Amino acid sequence: MACNSSGCESGSCGREKENGSKAEEEVIGAKKESVCLKCKSNEPMTFGDGGSDDGRFCADCFRSNVYGKFRLAVTSHAMITPSDNVLVAFSGGSSSRVALQFVHELQVKALKNYEASRDRSLPVFGVGVAFVDESAAYPPALSSEMGDAVAWVRSTVLSMYPPEKDLHVVPIESVFGSESVEARGRLVKLLDSVSDETGKEDLLLHLKMLSLQKVASENGYNRLVVGSCTSRLASHVLTATVKGRGYSLSADIQHVDARWKVPVVLPLRDCVWQEITRLCHLDGLKTVELARHPQSGINDLVSSFVSLLQEENPSRECTIVRTAAKLTPFYFNKIPETDDSCVPMATQRRLKKFNLKYDGSMTTEAFCPICNGPLNESDSSDLNTFKGYDSDALFAACCSSCRFQILPQDRSSLEHFGSLLPHHMISQVKHHQKFDSQTYLREKIKDCLLLDDEEAV
Amino acid sequence: MEASEEGKSKKKAGASRLCCLCNQRRPVLKRPKTLQQICKECFYEVFEEEIHQVIVKNHLFKSGERVAIGASGGKDSTVLAYVLSELNRRHSYGLDLFLLSIDEGITGYRDDSLETVKRNELQYGLPLKILSYEDLYGWTMDDIVKMIGLKNNCTFCGVFRRQALDRGGALLKVDKLVTGHNADDIAETVLLNILRGDIARLSRCTSITTGEDGPIPRCKPFKYTYEKEIVMYAYFKKLDYFSTECIYSPNAYRGFAREFIKDLERLRPRAILDIIESGEDFRIATSTKMPEQGTCERCGYISSQKWCKACVLLDGLNRGLPKMGIGRARGGVNGDNKDTRKPASAAKSIESKKCGSLDF
Repeated sequence: MACNSSGCESGSCGREKENGSKAEEEVIGAKKESVCLKCKSNEPMTFGDGGSDDGRFCADCFRSNVYGKFRLAVTSHAMITPSDNVLVAFSGGSSSRVALQFVHELQVKALKNYEASRDRSLPVFGVGVAFVDESAAYPPALSSEMGDAVAWVRSTVLSMYPPEKDLHVVPIESVFGSESVEARGRLVKLLDSVSDETGKEDLLLHLKMLSLQKVASENGYNRLVVGSCTSRLASHVLTATVKGRGYSLSADIQHVDARWKVPVVLPLRDCVWQEITRLCHLDGLKTVELARHPQSGINDLVSSFVSLLQEENPSRECTIVRTAAKLTPFYFNKIPETDDSCVPMATQRRLKKFNLKYDGSMTTEAFCPICNGPLNESDSSDLNTFKGYDSDALFAACCSSCRFQILPQDRSSLEHFGSLLPHHMISQVKHHQKFDSQTYLREKIKDCLLLDDEEAV
Repeated sequence: MEASEEGKSKKKAGASRLCCLCNQRRPVLKRPKTLQQICKECFYEVFEEEIHQVIVKNHLFKSGERVAIGASGGKDSTVLAYVLSELNRRHSYGLDLFLLSIDEGITGYRDDSLETVKRNELQYGLPLKILSYEDLYGWTMDDIVKMIGLKNNCTFCGVFRRQALDRGGALLKVDKLVTGHNADDIAETVLLNILRGDIARLSRCTSITTGEDGPIPRCKPFKYTYEKEIVMYAYFKKLDYFSTECIYSPNAYRGFAREFIKDLERLRPRAILDIIESGEDFRIATSTKMPEQGTCERCGYISSQKWCKACVLLDGLNRGLPKMGIGRARGGVNGDNKDTRKPASAAKSIESKKCGSLDF
């Protein structure tokens, strides 16, 4: 549920206010009483940021509310269990800073319980931090700024001890298998071959996820925590809609996204941007904003649009995500069933009881090699028209949105583009070519077939 | 995609001298949908041909059907009437076409646009029927706005017009209704439904034909036609249409979506069609799609509640309770049966006005 309304204290979510004056009246009322609405004992915090619900709750209640949403998301979706090794994607921004902080607090608590327990049956989950260095994508690289940022990230992670956390600084060109000058050059060439501005931004995002997946699986992590909040997801709902990605949208906005090798979890999905920035302010959580390449595409237009809507109605983001949450998710929007030998029995029982896992052998969807979006029937019907050129295969394997905004239009540019793509994406294309539903089905039932292939048909 | 590629490469090659479709005439316009530079004749051809393909591929009509065109006098319905009668002739659809116009009673707006429709009747040779809110419901939009102000008035007008079109269609004994909703309209509706949380409407709003199980099915042949292209067509063909915004609409929420889509179209023209495609592709469980369908107890019109929305709104107006039917149902006929409200005394006396009823 987008806002988890039972816990959502931002008040106006789900209930549209006729005009702003009502909210103001309530705030004034609260100020007069000068007591937290929840615990009725402490003095309410005022952030003075012009947002809703200012002056309603005390610092403790506010913090426990936000943390409560995080923890509820984690437990109800089995995001982090005792035997897991969790990698937190950290960009330096507020959202991922809060995600990192909360995961750390969860780990501290688990450590405390572990040390206090007699039989030490439940291990403490491991936590690592990954910071993606995108500077190679925007030459001339802002190396001094990046250097400072990395140093700051390092010291932040060091301060979160005990328990100790490994920091992985991941240059984005590592998706090509090395971090050399050649790899950086290849990245620039790849991005330059995309003529559409929005397509370029999106391709960079896909490469970023690929680099995170790579560092996670190479270092033994089995969960990737991403700090996306409600507000970011609201923008994503609209960008996906305007790019013709309505089919795959429901895959992107759930709490769990297990189509990746290392499942991605979104524990802050039910928190809004306002709560996150207020929390950073309240707890003195420092963040770093790297100078961004100016964005002039659709993504930026949508962000401005959502800001405009938020001004008109502060609960609009919640409504957008709640609407999208009513779309049917995919089978991989749950933690996958894996070899359970290292998972404690209690956890296994709990996961089975609440149907929190899915059968990993159910791979009925085909995925776009570039954005990893599940393909709609109309997209995947082209799969069998590949004529022998690798570029045709790539074209056939991609979703219509990537075909338009990322793939170059003529064959020779497309060939060149295909040669620049990271190996992982191209291998997805080969995987498509081999996918044959007849063979797949036959595999499932062959032990019951009495006749040979030709005779049976 | 090939078309825009051609358009782009022609741009790179220098000023293009010839229409990129026929390669004979001089280009006079840039096509909004694809940015191709083409001549007038080719534009007419692709515009009309695309609509013909939409009609054929979606099986919108059957030969011999009586079809009413919802005509407001605006650009969409004027172009629709023109193109449909042209295609009907050219491709022998075998349709009996009519113009059906609704007079909402908006002084200075509707009475002017109705003059346009009357001219269309003569220009296109299509018989015209006009129905008014005054006759059907006993209220004009001017009266309604005087009573409720400028918020939620679009709700009243929209609900009343839908029913008015159905009643007009029934009077004309037509098999189908067509409206001039264009791609921009449908894209706006998809966005609006996302913004407002209406998943049920979201699943239905991209259908090209709706109401197959209702009194009169209605379809939207312009579903994939860009508003800008409709304007362009009307401009070049010098078609007679009325081009002012409804005077009561400036505060409509749809305005947000419309502005956004205009900006989007500038960045990426095909985004309008992409929004519609997304709307069609959304994974919405079929159980959320159809509300249970019954009939209104008061007038017999199709309704998912005890009373149809028009009757609810009308009742509210007649009793001086204009908020009834707006927002969630809290009391009254369709909500809980606890009517604790007293009718508010209006500034001027409002006689209970007759509301028309037609058996369906």
